Amino acid sequence: MFKKKWTMLLLTSLCLALILGGCGSKGNNGGGTSQGGEGKGGDQVTVSFMHLWPEGVSAGQNKIVNQIITEYQNENPNVKIKQEVLDNEQYKNKLKVLSASNELPDVGVTWAAGFLQPYVEGNLFAPVDDLLSGELNGKFVAGTTEAYNIDGNTYALPLEFNIAPVYYNKAIFEKYNLEVPQTYEQFKQVVKALSDNGVAPIALGNKDRWTGSLWYMYMADRIAGQQTLANAISGSASFKDEGLLKAGAEVQALVDSNAFVKGFNGLSNEEAKSEFLNEKAAMYMMGSWDLPNFTTNEEIPLEFRNSVGFFKFPTIEGGKGDINSWVGGPGVGLFVGENSKVKDEAKKFVEYFVTKWGEQSVTGAGVIPATKVDTSNLDLPQLYIDLFNEMNQASSITLFADVQMPANAAETHLNMIQALFGKAATPEKFSEEHDAAIAKGQ
Amino acid sequence: MDKVLSNKKVIALYVLPSLLLILGVVYIPIILTGFYGLNKWNGISAMEFIGMENYLALAKDDAFWSSAWHSLLLALFSTLSLVIYLAVAMVLATRIKGANLFRKIYLIPMLLSSVAIAQLWLKIYHPTNGIVNSFLESIGFANPPAWLAETSLVLPALFIPILWQYAGFYILIYYAALKNIPASLEEAAKIDGANALQIAWKIKLPLAMEVIKVTIVLAVVGSLKYFDLIYVMTDGGPNGASEVMASYMYRVAFRAHDFGYGSAIGFFLLIICLVITWVIRKLTATKDTIQYS
Repeated sequence: MFKKKWTMLLLTSLCLALILGGCGSKGNNGGGTSQGGEGKGGDQVTVSFMHLWPEGVSAGQNKIVNQIITEYQNENPNVKIKQEVLDNEQYKNKLKVLSASNELPDVGVTWAAGFLQPYVEGNLFAPVDDLLSGELNGKFVAGTTEAYNIDGNTYALPLEFNIAPVYYNKAIFEKYNLEVPQTYEQFKQVVKALSDNGVAPIALGNKDRWTGSLWYMYMADRIAGQQTLANAISGSASFKDEGLLKAGAEVQALVDSNAFVKGFNGLSNEEAKSEFLNEKAAMYMMGSWDLPNFTTNEEIPLEFRNSVGFFKFPTIEGGKGDINSWVGGPGVGLFVGENSKVKDEAKKFVEYFVTKWGEQSVTGAGVIPATKVDTSNLDLPQLYIDLFNEMNQASSITLFADVQMPANAAETHLNMIQALFGKAATPEKFSEEHDAAIAKGQ
Repeated sequence: MDKVLSNKKVIALYVLPSLLLILGVVYIPIILTGFYGLNKWNGISAMEFIGMENYLALAKDDAFWSSAWHSLLLALFSTLSLVIYLAVAMVLATRIKGANLFRKIYLIPMLLSSVAIAQLWLKIYHPTNGIVNSFLESIGFANPPAWLAETSLVLPALFIPILWQYAGFYILIYYAALKNIPASLEEAAKIDGANALQIAWKIKLPLAMEVIKVTIVLAVVGSLKYFDLIYVMTDGGPNGASEVMASYMYRVAFRAHDFGYGSAIGFFLLIICLVITWVIRKLTATKDTIQYS
């Protein structure tokens, strides 16, 4: 009996030990982002890198990331880059969870302005100003690094710069004898002609809400002018500005004229995009990050890609904005974790990555980088070159509102966008809620 | 062996691993959530203790109460749909032809993940290409609605996939309960001249009552904390028309960076679930349980 009892006890404690042991070793693997000395060579370092270009969703970018990492590892044999790849939404969530437990990767992807703010306040991102004065000095497109600047320090290096044109299907336009609209009146006529012929004029997936925000921002920019909108967003002026109210009303008028695909408030951006790709909708406003789908993406029929053009959001009679003013902004950037144990190596990697990304993203992924690139010697799709040139002539850039605002106000903005488009809120209510949220300032 | 198992110290030792696990994974996080709710915290910077402020703000938050109302509607709907599940299980439990096949058919949705179900139903509800609207157009409705984009239609449109999703689970539970009822009781009733409906009402239903009570609790609490399908299909939209408590909590905590407030919602949700479970237990309590004999 005595024996049995002790066997049982022994077994139980073994179980316990296993469980506890399991937890312990897991903690080590998860937390130890930078284990120096991995056996071979004394100063072997591992830099963990978390990004959001999974192979399936962003094939072009994913390939480039892997290329750059391989090259970097070849040039620096003592450095190992450990990747963790997540989907956009998952990435954002994981970043927050890791921040709360202070386990951020050495290098990661971040968005600008409002998104960046809490991380900087929480002292989680390292300033990277020293990199700006080094090899990368003067390499960035004006206005890109500023979006990552908080209180005089730059906390991430931008990778992309985006503007949002209206893509349109030339074949559909030709079929109904339509011209690219220069003025808003002409634009409305195009919408009417398409809708009368049973073609959905504009693909819009407003379940994602920021998609509708693009439209509102162009309206606001063209009617009230870039400065008015910028002031309202920063809180130094009110959204009750006459021009901004009119912009809201104009959005609803556009909805009333059946300009957008049916059920747009319940469609995701991907679903709406497929309406455009399947030639069921004639126009689609989206950031330049979608360019590869209309130029080099082999999965989309060449015939369709050849029939895609773009135009600038037309000017509105009596409005203050000019046609060369764009809605856009820096895309994602790379940060270095403040608590990283291999900060120097991480910074070196970021510097290398941003430099290489500039060249390779143009040819490989067809996205517009935040660093200056000489495109004259590169063999690029015409659509890309045209858009690139437009960007260089831009008179002003209105930053994406949801990126610019602090998280809480951005959430209100996005909700109100859906309400405005769904006619659940009047332009007055829309403005009121914005002012209230921005005044709260978090 | 028996002696070992009756030794209190050994019992304690056996219980310890799972106790530690459940403490660490369930109870401590619950307490922490309640505590986070007392703070102003964006999840990243330092916490700032603000007492009951978040919980008081909750009382005045229209968006929260509308999401709570939607959760309540879902709970009511789920409870009512239990009747359908029970009816189906009763039919399946009799010796009808193809009962096995039907059972499998009902179980299939249970095997799919919520995200897969959501994707499937997104296709079904697609405003122009979806099977629902294509069908409606083919029988003469010129302009069928976009189900997930209309504030008045989105909730019922979401309830149907949820009903479908959980059918298998509840039917299986009921089926097992009904199969447990000794055939002799039914036979005796038949000899006494009872028809199928009487047997179902007077014999099967009372004997399955204990199980039914459990499923009511499961359905109500499950509905109150329901999240996944709604998150994928509508993300609470359009304009908050399909927001439920859990999705609102997610929105506040992860999108608007307000972990303190989000935690307060989570803790409140827990309390509602506890209270409702308790109320249902009280309401359905019977002094003498019916036994097979």
